[in-house]
Amino acid sequence: MLKLKEISVKYGHYTAVKDATIEVESGEIIVLLGANGAGKSTLFRAISGLQRIASGSISFFDEPVHSLSADRIVQKGIVQCAEGRKLFPQMTVRENLQLGAFVHKRKKEQIKQTMNHVYELFPILKDKETHAAGSLSGGQQQMLAIGRALMAKPKLMMLDEPSIGLAPLIVEQMFTIIETINKEGTTILLAEQNANAALKIANKGYVFESGSIVLSGTSEELMTNEKVKKAYIGA
Amino acid sequence: MNGANIKKILLPAVLLLSLLFPLVIQNEYYLHIMTLAFIWIIAVYGLNLIAGYTGYLSLAHAGFFAIGAYAISVLTVKAEMNYWLAFLLSVLITSIIGFFIGLIALRTKEHYFAIYTLCVGYIIYLVIYKWEELTGGVRGFIGIPAPPPIGSISFDETVPMYYLVLFFLIIGMVAMYRIVHSLSGRTYKAIRNSEDLAASIGISTMRNKLAAFVLSTAYAGVAGALYASLIRFIGPDIGYTNIIFDMLIYLLVGGIGTLSGPVIGTILVVWVSQNLQFLQDYRMLIFGPLLTFLIIFYPKGIAGSFIQWRQKQKEKAIQKESAQIQGREAETKI
Repeated sequence: MLKLKEISVKYGHYTAVKDATIEVESGEIIVLLGANGAGKSTLFRAISGLQRIASGSISFFDEPVHSLSADRIVQKGIVQCAEGRKLFPQMTVRENLQLGAFVHKRKKEQIKQTMNHVYELFPILKDKETHAAGSLSGGQQQMLAIGRALMAKPKLMMLDEPSIGLAPLIVEQMFTIIETINKEGTTILLAEQNANAALKIANKGYVFESGSIVLSGTSEELMTNEKVKKAYIGA
Repeated sequence: MNGANIKKILLPAVLLLSLLFPLVIQNEYYLHIMTLAFIWIIAVYGLNLIAGYTGYLSLAHAGFFAIGAYAISVLTVKAEMNYWLAFLLSVLITSIIGFFIGLIALRTKEHYFAIYTLCVGYIIYLVIYKWEELTGGVRGFIGIPAPPPIGSISFDETVPMYYLVLFFLIIGMVAMYRIVHSLSGRTYKAIRNSEDLAASIGISTMRNKLAAFVLSTAYAGVAGALYASLIRFIGPDIGYTNIIFDMLIYLLVGGIGTLSGPVIGTILVVWVSQNLQFLQDYRMLIFGPLLTFLIIFYPKGIAGSFIQWRQKQKEKAIQKESAQIQGREAETKI
């Protein structure tokens, strides 16, 4: 469904992503592994239209999307759940979710259903409905960020380091939920440093190093790869 | 006292006070100052929508205020148009000019937007100053009509004009309340929060920024048209840079990005500066340090600081409550 063909992204003279080729099929969970600054977030910014690519092409269902504006890309069905659990801290949980459904703002009934669904996935959000998003704990904020992304009913959801800074128990819970969302029909593109947990739920993976893809394969292949083991799993 | 109670008591009280004001204060001059303050409040609400809620500090709003004032003057004095039609048109003209300026200005961000709009404001002033055939240049306009009488109520007089402006102010405030609490309002706040984040959840940022900008210029246009009808004489000075900084002071003192801020800030500063008239320009010696103090210690202004304080109280109460519940649970376990 999503094809990145030899894309490069530059900040001025600095090349953040170089000739990256990635293919995502419907229904998959794809994981991007890489250290900080390897270019994962930049790649996400490029896919979501926040950063223009310098060369190459991005196509979604065989339609080029790399020159569309960010909001059009959300309309097409690609939604990013940004790193660092970026929420609107002063707004309530409910308001955050409502804004997530901005592209469907006329479909009141659908918004209601999706919101109920999000509350089913994350019952704690229902309890905290009227609380300011900024007052939630780290794990709850991550849940809200994912919930808000779900509100747009994405075909492809991109998650940037959903496990960062969370307690191990919550991390496990988070990955279970990502798996659930995937089973419900949303394709997932996941950027992670927590290779062990990510590869367990993923179908395929790509390894990023200083802006280039150095390795790719199925998760079994990556899991048994010596280099990956050494660098990311630590076994 | 919680938020709902404050609103239930304070709002009707303020409304009643504003309705009774002309009956209590018989002094025409004070009434005039109050009417003028109301007009500024309308303009400051416009500024607040774009600068406070959307996060784009427009310094062109004195220019839009002047466009509104000059549009109604040209239409009523030169074209001898029906007053209310001219009023409507002048708001429309201001918004249309606002649309085109916004289209370009909103491509810039943060400081650049402020600098750009400061220049736009100054250019509007210069155009008004130099375009003598249309605007009368430095001489300005004399003999702008007051709104036509309704029945036996003539708006030549201070009291009816006071109520007319109050009427517009209330409409403006209700409309602003609706805007801010609608999905569009939240969209503006989302843009203020982070434009990238707003875009990445599917908000068309340019379209929404432009809508906020045009709405805010419409407010400036209404204020300008009312100003021209109240003062009945206008010169290019009303579009000059110091006007926008006056508006900005009102907004900052009251509380940027709050609904009550424009009212509190404008009335307070207007009255304080009225009472310091005898100091002439030396009163700036008081205002300057006071404003600096405010920005450093209370950057959210009076209303903003109050809201923040109450939020903290609320959070404390919640914490206390949950601590109590935990305590009780612990007790029952024992």
